[in-house]
Amino acid sequence: MTWSGFLRDGQQFLPILLQGVWVTIAVTLCALLLSTALGIVWALMRTSGKRWLEWPAMLFTNTIRGIPILVQLFYIYFVLPELGVDLNAFQAGVIGLGVAYSAYMGEVFRAGILAVDAGTIEAAESLGMSRARILTRVVLPQAVRIVLPPYGNNLIMLLKDSSQASVITVAELSTQARLIASSTFKNQEVWTMAALLYLCLSIPLIILVARLEKRFGRR
Amino acid sequence: MIEIERLQKSFGTNRVLDGISLSIRQGQVVCIIGPSGSGKSTLLRCVNGLESYEGGEVRVLGKRVDRNSPEIRATRQQVTMVFQRFNLFPHRTALENVTEGPIYAAGEDRAAAEKHARELLARVGLTGKESAYPSQLSGGQQQRVAIARALAMRPKAVLFDEPTSALDPELVGEVLTVMRDLAREGMTMAVVTHEMGFAREVADHVVFMDKGRVVEQGPPAELLTAPREPRTQDFLRRVLRPLE
Repeated sequence: MTWSGFLRDGQQFLPILLQGVWVTIAVTLCALLLSTALGIVWALMRTSGKRWLEWPAMLFTNTIRGIPILVQLFYIYFVLPELGVDLNAFQAGVIGLGVAYSAYMGEVFRAGILAVDAGTIEAAESLGMSRARILTRVVLPQAVRIVLPPYGNNLIMLLKDSSQASVITVAELSTQARLIASSTFKNQEVWTMAALLYLCLSIPLIILVARLEKRFGRR
Repeated sequence: MIEIERLQKSFGTNRVLDGISLSIRQGQVVCIIGPSGSGKSTLLRCVNGLESYEGGEVRVLGKRVDRNSPEIRATRQQVTMVFQRFNLFPHRTALENVTEGPIYAAGEDRAAAEKHARELLARVGLTGKESAYPSQLSGGQQQRVAIARALAMRPKAVLFDEPTSALDPELVGEVLTVMRDLAREGMTMAVVTHEMGFAREVADHVVFMDKGRVVEQGPPAELLTAPREPRTQDFLRRVLRPLE
């Protein structure tokens, strides 16, 4: 592999790989939204103090955590249609990754909620605030600051794990790279480019998380 | 205003409150003293509905205090609490800490709540600290913000749970001064404290508790200088002359 050869191949492959980058970003963002929303639900259920809420959430998140993402993706893409739920590859990928990550997000949020100083919750109670207001005004804002660094780390892992959606034909970055590599046999060039493109996506995220950590960590 | 009748409360098999009866009238300042573990803080927490209780009854303004009833929120807005560890909201400024209750519990208009909060912060000597976060304030300043926060609800009474116990000794005075001024303005107060000087000067009534019971109560001049019960005498001797 020569430097000029790499640039020439780059010109040729980059447009296709960039298409994959956009799909990677889309899958990651959609799965992030889904996993965040579901993760908040799990965390609230598990910290509710009510057994009939805690138990199903615990069962669900532990089941999800115990099954490889790959298997979950296959299940959603190949088994659900047999049960009458038809999803395209993109939808299946988002749901698979989103649900899988909701278990990890839920754990992170739960830890954040539990780390909130109980004294501040009592203070809010003693002012006569409602449970909902205590949650939105006192617990969650404090939990967000605690949760941000591990949440950011999950996001970075999710970005990388989005490549697993290639097994169900989602046309994201690693899928495109594999297609080009197998048709041109330029494995070294293609996979180097793919790795660099992943870094271009993840490094800004790493920097962003570090910044947010610094900003929220001050108080 | 606050009536406590034969109150009983246990943590597991440990009986923390063993038939406490006590009443606090409007405008009265009642200091509750006693060794740690005697149930003083638990008593206040029962009045505020932060703890449930098994026997007896707590009534605030004639209403039974029940932490699981929807009416508890209204009761708490009339009798607010100041905590040993301040319990300020760390993510909000001093001013926001004070306006939080009026705006988000009582539904007060923001502008009015902020005006009142500034007045209260001035009253506790914290003009200029409105936009400081709790972590930027000393312990004494934090506790004064907490007092302003408790007053912001325009309560009928304020409960103080060892308000100076977490403070460095040189910061105790500034908090006690604010509390004394509040008492002089006629606020009804229940104060759990180890500050005997404060109890002697400010209290109308002093209650000595031990092992979940009221051992002795009376006017400060009587109870603090000439206690009848041996346990009270013993406690006061240890507190006032620890080296003997």
